[in-house]
Amino acid sequence: MSLELLGISVLWIFLFGYVIVASIDFGAGFFNAYSLLTGKQHILSKVIKRYLSPVWEITNVFLVFFFVGIVGFFPQTAFYYGTVLLVPMSISLILIAIRGSYYAFEAYGTKKGHKGYALAYGLTGLFIPASLSIVFSISEGGFVNIIESQPILDYGALFTSPLAWSIVMLSIVAVLYISAVFLTWYAKKANDEKASNLMRKYALIWAFPLIISSLGIIIELKSYPNEHFAAMTNLWWMFAISGVLFLATVWLIWARTGYGLAVMLLVLQFAIAFFVYGISHYPYLLYPYLTVYDSFTNKAMAISLVVAFIAGLCLLLPSLYLVLKLFLFNKDYVRGNQDYHV
Amino acid sequence: MINESSVFWSRMLTELTLSFHIIYATIGVGIPLMIMIAQYVGYKKKDEHYILLARRWARGFVITVAVGVVTGTAIGLQLSLLWPNFMELAGQVIALPLFMETFAFFFEAIFLGIYLYTWDRFKNHKRHMLLLVPVAIGASMSAVFITIVNAFMNAPQGFDVINGELVNIQPILAMFNPAMPTKVAHVLVTAYMTSAFVLASIAAFNLLKGSNHIYHKKALFMLMKLGLIFAIAAAVIGDFSGKYLAEYQPEKLAAAEWHFETEDGASLILFGVLDDEEVKYAIEIPYALGILAHNNPAAEVIGLDQYAVENVPPLYIHYLFDIMVMIGMFMFALAGIFVLGKWRNWKFISSKWFKWGIVAGGPLSIIAIEAGWWLAEVGRQPWILYGYMRTEEGTTASSHVDVMLLLFAGVYIILAIGSIVVLIRMFKRNPIEREIEDRHLQDGEHV
Repeated sequence: MSLELLGISVLWIFLFGYVIVASIDFGAGFFNAYSLLTGKQHILSKVIKRYLSPVWEITNVFLVFFFVGIVGFFPQTAFYYGTVLLVPMSISLILIAIRGSYYAFEAYGTKKGHKGYALAYGLTGLFIPASLSIVFSISEGGFVNIIESQPILDYGALFTSPLAWSIVMLSIVAVLYISAVFLTWYAKKANDEKASNLMRKYALIWAFPLIISSLGIIIELKSYPNEHFAAMTNLWWMFAISGVLFLATVWLIWARTGYGLAVMLLVLQFAIAFFVYGISHYPYLLYPYLTVYDSFTNKAMAISLVVAFIAGLCLLLPSLYLVLKLFLFNKDYVRGNQDYHV
Repeated sequence: MINESSVFWSRMLTELTLSFHIIYATIGVGIPLMIMIAQYVGYKKKDEHYILLARRWARGFVITVAVGVVTGTAIGLQLSLLWPNFMELAGQVIALPLFMETFAFFFEAIFLGIYLYTWDRFKNHKRHMLLLVPVAIGASMSAVFITIVNAFMNAPQGFDVINGELVNIQPILAMFNPAMPTKVAHVLVTAYMTSAFVLASIAAFNLLKGSNHIYHKKALFMLMKLGLIFAIAAAVIGDFSGKYLAEYQPEKLAAAEWHFETEDGASLILFGVLDDEEVKYAIEIPYALGILAHNNPAAEVIGLDQYAVENVPPLYIHYLFDIMVMIGMFMFALAGIFVLGKWRNWKFISSKWFKWGIVAGGPLSIIAIEAGWWLAEVGRQPWILYGYMRTEEGTTASSHVDVMLLLFAGVYIILAIGSIVVLIRMFKRNPIEREIEDRHLQDGEHV
């Protein structure tokens, strides 16, 4: 395996990790806010908060890891993406700032909760994936022009692009679907039938739009002037597996059998789709200007980053295991039988 | 093509984000250590007051951590958004510590989450306290790695430039650059010092506002002792920083000291005003600059006359230096007198005016941190990467930075107000007297 491929694979795995945990996180915040608006907070708030509280900060680190890592392995991305993403990323940062802080203000700063804060972080959370997803659209090419050897973003083309809008759509719908499926299982584990049933309803509602928006992107890419779609069609069978997994997940939720399995299949479904997208995008980081090969850092730095990464994983994996054991898979904690908050 | 207004606005936005982030970051590095010490003392002395200190600080700490995390994410991305050319160049050599920082931060985040939600969950309470060790280490290591990147910007090494290409890159050598030891030590120690004095300031304020509870007195005494130790360390390391500058960045030291002509036996200038290279109304300490720079009163100290005008940093950094040093000395004296007074039973340290001094110490320490970072950053100008890349060459070509500055300024105002309001409410609604009472009631039920 070349170092370039190794580097981008590691980063892609972490980005996938972020997509999943952040989707659960943002979706949970949104459902919490929605339940406040519709007067259903007595059903949902408790169980959502119990999940979110110990993990929100960890979620954020996945994102930091990705963007620090990509500039480390592929320093030229700093030049291309750094220049063109000033506005979209600044908006994401502002949303992330509001989301993270107001989450903490509500969860740790108030005993009984605060409606305004909960709405603030619930709504901003939904726009973060939308604003971040713009990077995927830009990476397809066609929105960046090189003028006087500087990359310039064509905002007009971006805002009128059906591809960009369908990716935004998918990002929002995916957040709602992923977190609804996860929380259905989590609430069930907490023996909270009411919350679990409500989340199940949301999961089923968002399943159909998910498929529609995914298909929308594929159709848009088909007519897009780059090699991405052609590369994707070579991997059609992987898409097929992902589709089957989707149907199986929905069936499991529908039939109320095996929510835990449903969550596993859901993660697998998204992993496959995410990797098909990534593999077919390879080796381009930004069509047609930037590939993983010409933007790659020097060998010495690449090797030291890989060594640091392995050392870091040895530290992180046991710690993450501890978090899962203490919070996600601990029955007493999930059911709220104990209150050990500081 | 350099876009002059982009350079200006990018500098403004970076300065704004860093100035805001550094308040929360400094507290974020220091407070875990304070919590750990308090909890340890509590178990050691079997004194519930210290354990409550740890508990209450931890509760407030989460709020500041949250703001620290999101503003840290902002500055992390802004490095690439505002300085893409710099990151493309420097990333090839100094990406390693940036990458390692995310792991340190990851580590801290995980264990902080566990620590906060497992109070009394373990049968052996000391095991819970041990969770703070990775939190404190992670927090401090984050500061270490980020400061290494900053040190590299001041004293880049670990690569060669041949035909405009970077070759022979040695990431480890780049990390252990000459600026690194003093910078890292100074940042760490002043973070501990500032955290101690900020918490002491809160304790003193509570005592002044009528809560004469022994809890605040214990907190105050412990924090002033810690603050004193770190203030001494900060002064010693500050002295080493002077020697580093004299050796590797003489013009930064000379600009901070308004030292224009290279000479032997130079004196140290404090305050004063500048009238066309003539220093007026200043306090001059004879030979002190030679001591600061070379440990030798008669040594030659290089002045600004050795440098071309376009390579000299702005001279107003002299005032930043003065502010930082004066506050540092004031805090050292304040803590020293307090600790000595406790030992010798001096009455006046319990007086109102002395406590107001301690209250002022919190905000003053934060001002010193700000002044220190401005000194470090403005003092490196005109370079973004000392000797290799000038600041304007590193800037983005994008022309929307001014609008982004407004947006971020708005967000920081919201976060500042939000965090302060939440913290005040949190502790006002649950003063220490009530918390002790509640806890005793709870324990009573168990018996």
